[in-house]
Amino acid sequence: MVYILPIILFLVGLFGVLVKRNLIKMIISVSIMDYALFLFFALIGYRGEGMPPIELKGAEHVKFVDPLPQALVLTAIVIGLATTALLVGIAVRIYQKYGTFDIEKIRKLRG
Amino acid sequence: MSEIVKTVSRIFAPLIIVFGIYVTLHGHLTPGGGFAGGLIIAGAVVLLVLAYGGEREKLEGEKKSTSRLESSGILLFWLVAVLGLVVGGIFFLNIMGKGLPFTIFSAGIIPVCNIAIAVEVGGAISTILLALVLFEKDEN
Amino acid sequence: MYFLPLFIGLPLFGAFVLSLIKPRRVGDVLANLINLSLLVISFLLLRFGTLVYKIGGWEPVNGIPIGIYWVKDGLSTLMLIIVNLVALMATIFSVNYMERFTEKNRYYCLFLLMLAGMNGVILSGDMFNLFVFLEIASIASYSLVAFGTGAEELEAAFKYQIMGTIASSFILFGIALLYSYTGTLNMADMARVLATKGTAPVVFVGALFIMGFGMKAAIMPFHAWLPDAHPSAPAPISAMLSGVLIKVLGIYALIRIIFNVFGITPVLSDILMVLGTISLMVGGLLAIGQRDFKRLLAYSSISQVGYIILGIGLGTPLGILGGLLHLLNHSVFKSLLFLNSGAVVYATGTRDMQKLGGLNGKMPVTGGSSFIASMSIAGVPPFSGFWSKLVIIIACLFANRFGFAIWAIVGSIITLAYYMKVQRDVFFGPLREDLRETKEVPGFMKFSMIILAVLCVSMGLLLIPQLRNILLTPAVEVLKNGIEYAGLISY
Repeated sequence: MVYILPIILFLVGLFGVLVKRNLIKMIISVSIMDYALFLFFALIGYRGEGMPPIELKGAEHVKFVDPLPQALVLTAIVIGLATTALLVGIAVRIYQKYGTFDIEKIRKLRG
Repeated sequence: MSEIVKTVSRIFAPLIIVFGIYVTLHGHLTPGGGFAGGLIIAGAVVLLVLAYGGEREKLEGEKKSTSRLESSGILLFWLVAVLGLVVGGIFFLNIMGKGLPFTIFSAGIIPVCNIAIAVEVGGAISTILLALVLFEKDEN
Repeated sequence: MYFLPLFIGLPLFGAFVLSLIKPRRVGDVLANLINLSLLVISFLLLRFGTLVYKIGGWEPVNGIPIGIYWVKDGLSTLMLIIVNLVALMATIFSVNYMERFTEKNRYYCLFLLMLAGMNGVILSGDMFNLFVFLEIASIASYSLVAFGTGAEELEAAFKYQIMGTIASSFILFGIALLYSYTGTLNMADMARVLATKGTAPVVFVGALFIMGFGMKAAIMPFHAWLPDAHPSAPAPISAMLSGVLIKVLGIYALIRIIFNVFGITPVLSDILMVLGTISLMVGGLLAIGQRDFKRLLAYSSISQVGYIILGIGLGTPLGILGGLLHLLNHSVFKSLLFLNSGAVVYATGTRDMQKLGGLNGKMPVTGGSSFIASMSIAGVPPFSGFWSKLVIIIACLFANRFGFAIWAIVGSIITLAYYMKVQRDVFFGPLREDLRETKEVPGFMKFSMIILAVLCVSMGLLLIPQLRNILLTPAVEVLKNGIEYAGLISY
């Protein structure tokens, strides 16, 4: 049931990307979609009564949660960071050229 | 920025950097690692740039050096991977001794990789920040 | 066996060294050398069968793979040869073409990163590893589209990146669902688990993947970014994007997962064929109305990708053969056409076809090679495009899909129409007054165009049985065998 939460969050982000007209709001929506996926990954790694997957001295044979999704989330965060940084950079440059963040007014390319 | 911000960030930046180095070096034992450590170190750079600002030329010079740092971090990581190929015939082979578990000198190449990642991430985040600051200066 | 890491290692090394050093000549020499050696190595791979490479030497535990595996089979070899061939031609072209841009070494750095990402996607046998390489290639391509930093380039890059990021989110969502169901990320192991445990999630995950990879491949309902992004990039990058990037990130990844992990079903096959036919028709019809040379080529890419999807989606060995041959042909002639458009822009400074005309007399190499490429893409015998389209149409007929065969023939006629328009407007006809001073482009640019034109003429020879058995048949076998791919984990 708890999986509904990231799916709702994902749809919120998707809605934002498709509907918002401001470049910065679109970037934020893309990030929300990313975070929904990170949350989903963290949830599928959960095991009942699991401990964080850190080996400690003298505490062998403890039941751990699945460590793989956590590694994947870390990688995905790095990718999301690169994407967001590039998007923000492009958006700032667009603002310098067009003087606006409104996507309706940024239309030099014909469809 | 005001004198208070400048003083506080001057005091805290070295501490933050030390903490980043600690997180990096213990990456194979505790939560954290190269990425988190690099981010923390970049956080100190962000703090200093925001508090002190600076002239365009100075910031551009700093961006050039952080960008160099980033590339050398990645090249170090690449070197570790290729050493595995050269020495053991397998990409990313763990060629160094494994050491005793739960001590700082253990896990073979992983601490080296962590250091490389920390240099790379710290350099990259600082470069991104400086680039965005410079973009803003372009406008005026 | 020791070759495989070089496909990632060499370009990455080149990329980061070039971001450190400034002199332009070093960049030219290093990038071309790296691409040349990768091309040689990918031809050497033809001598090997299937290889499984375990990164870091992690052996399977109890038959369950841990760690990242790379897989080289017939299909990967074919794709590697295409990618590295087009990349080599594009870097040779860049030596002269990119002189007008600042930061040439930064350009080579991003180019090599993109190449490393594509090689990684092709070689990876691990779902998440594939995603990471896909993102490396995508992010490098976003910044390459924005490389000119003009207003239009930035707008196109923003649009492209937003679409690309949504696509990546869908793909990652699909991977997360598959991981939670199968408990593994290795593609071969995933195929085994899906075969034994039932393919319940395939419907939803398949829809997510078709949306995600479809956006990367610019299949019709998801194509909106391509006609903006591809023309805005510098010409060698347009050639890379249209020639290989959409095929590797979109088509290759999609068919690898659908055929080898899920196993092709009639429903999936129908969806692919319908999507392919729609893009082939609509892309072609939209291309007719274009005035911008590169924009027309971009719409044409959508249409030709439709052919590839149609052929491969048919699922019969003959259809797959036609689809793969068309993929190979399309990457050659479409990159040639984009390089031609780059040469025209280099010489005249415009890509509006109404301001061009009669360039054949002034630029014989560009004009001649673009004539060969146009005839080839339009499917005029004996050029290469004719053979691949013929195979696709025959395959449709053999599978009793007459409707699709007719659409493919109609699409081919439309293609001929708009390439005749290109030839008439740009290269034939009287020379315009303001173009009197036009000169042919420098040597390196001519060299890469001539090589690609020669390939365009001779690619039909690949259908001769002796040559087919070397290159195409192993690739077809991989897709035909479907989820027997799961047997790889026993290596």
